[in-house]
Amino acid sequence: MEVCNTAAPCAIETKGLTKLYKKRTAVNSLNLSIKQGELFSLLGQNGAGKTTTIKMLCCLLSPTSGDAKIMGRSILENAAEIKQIINVSPQETAIAPNLTAKENLELVAEIYGSTRDKAKEKANEMLSLFKISDRSNDKAKTFSGGLQRRLSIAMALITDPEILFLDEPTLGLDPQARHELWNQIKQLKGRKTIVLTTHYLEEADELADRIGILKNGDLVACGTSSELKENLSRGKTVIIKCAGINGINSDAIDELRLDYPNINVIDCNIEVSSATINYYGIIDCLHRHNIEAENITTKESSLEDVYLTLNKDKEAK
Amino acid sequence: MRYLSLSSRNAKEIIRDPLSAVLGIALPILMLLLFTTLDKNSAIEVFKIESLTPGIIVFGFSFLMMFSAILLAKDKKSAFLTRLFASPLTATDYIIGYSLPFLPIAFLQAMACFIAALILGLAINVHILMSFVVLLPAAVFIIGLGMLLGSLLNENQVAAFGSVLIVVTSLFSGAWMDLNMVGGIFKTIGYILPFAHTVDAVRAVLTGDYAAIFPHLYWIIGYMVVTFSMAVFAFKHVMKK
Ligand SMILES: Nc1ncnc2c1ncn2[C@@H]1O[C@H](COP(=O)(O)OP(=O)(O)OP(=O)(O)O)[C@@H](O)[C@H]1O
Ligand SMILES: [Mg+2]
Repeated sequence: MEVCNTAAPCAIETKGLTKLYKKRTAVNSLNLSIKQGELFSLLGQNGAGKTTTIKMLCCLLSPTSGDAKIMGRSILENAAEIKQIINVSPQETAIAPNLTAKENLELVAEIYGSTRDKAKEKANEMLSLFKISDRSNDKAKTFSGGLQRRLSIAMALITDPEILFLDEPTLGLDPQARHELWNQIKQLKGRKTIVLTTHYLEEADELADRIGILKNGDLVACGTSSELKENLSRGKTVIIKCAGINGINSDAIDELRLDYPNINVIDCNIEVSSATINYYGIIDCLHRHNIEAENITTKESSLEDVYLTLNKDKEAK
Repeated sequence: MRYLSLSSRNAKEIIRDPLSAVLGIALPILMLLLFTTLDKNSAIEVFKIESLTPGIIVFGFSFLMMFSAILLAKDKKSAFLTRLFASPLTATDYIIGYSLPFLPIAFLQAMACFIAALILGLAINVHILMSFVVLLPAAVFIIGLGMLLGSLLNENQVAAFGSVLIVVTSLFSGAWMDLNMVGGIFKTIGYILPFAHTVDAVRAVLTGDYAAIFPHLYWIIGYMVVTFSMAVFAFKHVMKK
């Protein structure tokens, strides 16, 4: 099982954190350290256990076994203290329908201890930050799905939490709103500890310091985006377009196969993938067999490759 | 004072639903009007304004139970309550937050009924104010009952079960008929439930016969304590889920 550790002071540290629903394991003995100021992204298929993990860390759900420390305080024993310094934007939009946008924001600020005046001030800040000022006095239930979503996220940010949990925050946002949210999140980076789940891999790639991938409740991979790409994918893929290849059985291909066992020929394209690729060697080999390379393209592996490979491997088991 | 913010949200959530005003205040007053008009032609004792008003108030209270239950059942379904549960609010904050806002609404309902009754001929005197000694625990009971149902049931179940309860309330409260005259099992059930006790106690207060509010008031207080404790228990269960 993957263990995720860092040397820096921990904002979140889980030890064997486990949640069973009846017999179904939603989260299996999770050991994770997230340092202060880090943006950690949890990825995983539907039902992988992302939301369950977040709920346990927010003290909304008690673990079946194991424990987690949030800023040094145990979720089992110090829930009240933890709740004061965290906030969450749940996976489902969480707003009071009959309150206006402004009232929703003020309500959250007040229940986290702001005075009336302070709450008003913060609410106005959030309304303009999330570009909903012009709708501030409309009831939240009259908002479109994406606008409700923005309000719901603003309600998580208004209390300026030390640790922020964002469960699929960009779900249902238009591309512009998504990029604006990314920018807002980037501004928080380094100052706040953020745990973010998403199904958009480019989002994790863009925002996260580290990424953890859950599969059926197990943490199957954890590291920075480039670490994951390095360790878990087949590295680079090079496609060489050349004239005069007689299918996969040519001598040149046989020779190259010694170094690149997964070599593939599609029409007149030779495809090799490996962590290290000796371009010169390949060209030389082709040249010796009278094959001219017309064009070479390199494809870096993406997080998507890593993700798909991981989930495929596991399914095969 | 965080519970005040939650209370104010809950009050807004109820008041801004126009159905609340219609069912909670307009309907009882309409019933009051209807039955007093009936009384002009008949001489039925329960339709006299001093007898009718307490029954109508209790009838109105049963809608309050519905509002309180539906609010909680709705919140439970939405992620809004999840958000609140992740906040620093404590169990006490929730219990107060989900019950306190209904007290002024209950007061408003009762006052609206009394004002309508005064116009329809109820004698104005200090007894009206004294009736709140009985109405207060009755209101707390009904709010607790709403919170209990809201914790245990989902929105559809609340709508179904609540409607049944409104019918039970109005039948067994003795608002529309004299339970003593009907007698039998009807009377027995009526006086096991707290509604008839509330109506009788308020009727006693309104006639100035303060001694006659007992043992009714004990029943009401008993129901209040038991129901509210159960509601607190059920709500804490919701928090844990
Ligand atoms: N209240 C519940 N009762 C029973 N099982 C549950 C409950 N909540 C979640 N589960 C199960 O736990 C597992 C993990 O669910 P979870 O919601 O954490 O997944 P997720 O990674 O957030 O998925 P998604 O991407 O769909 O949001 C799933 O198998 C789910 O069916
Ligand atoms: Mg989820």
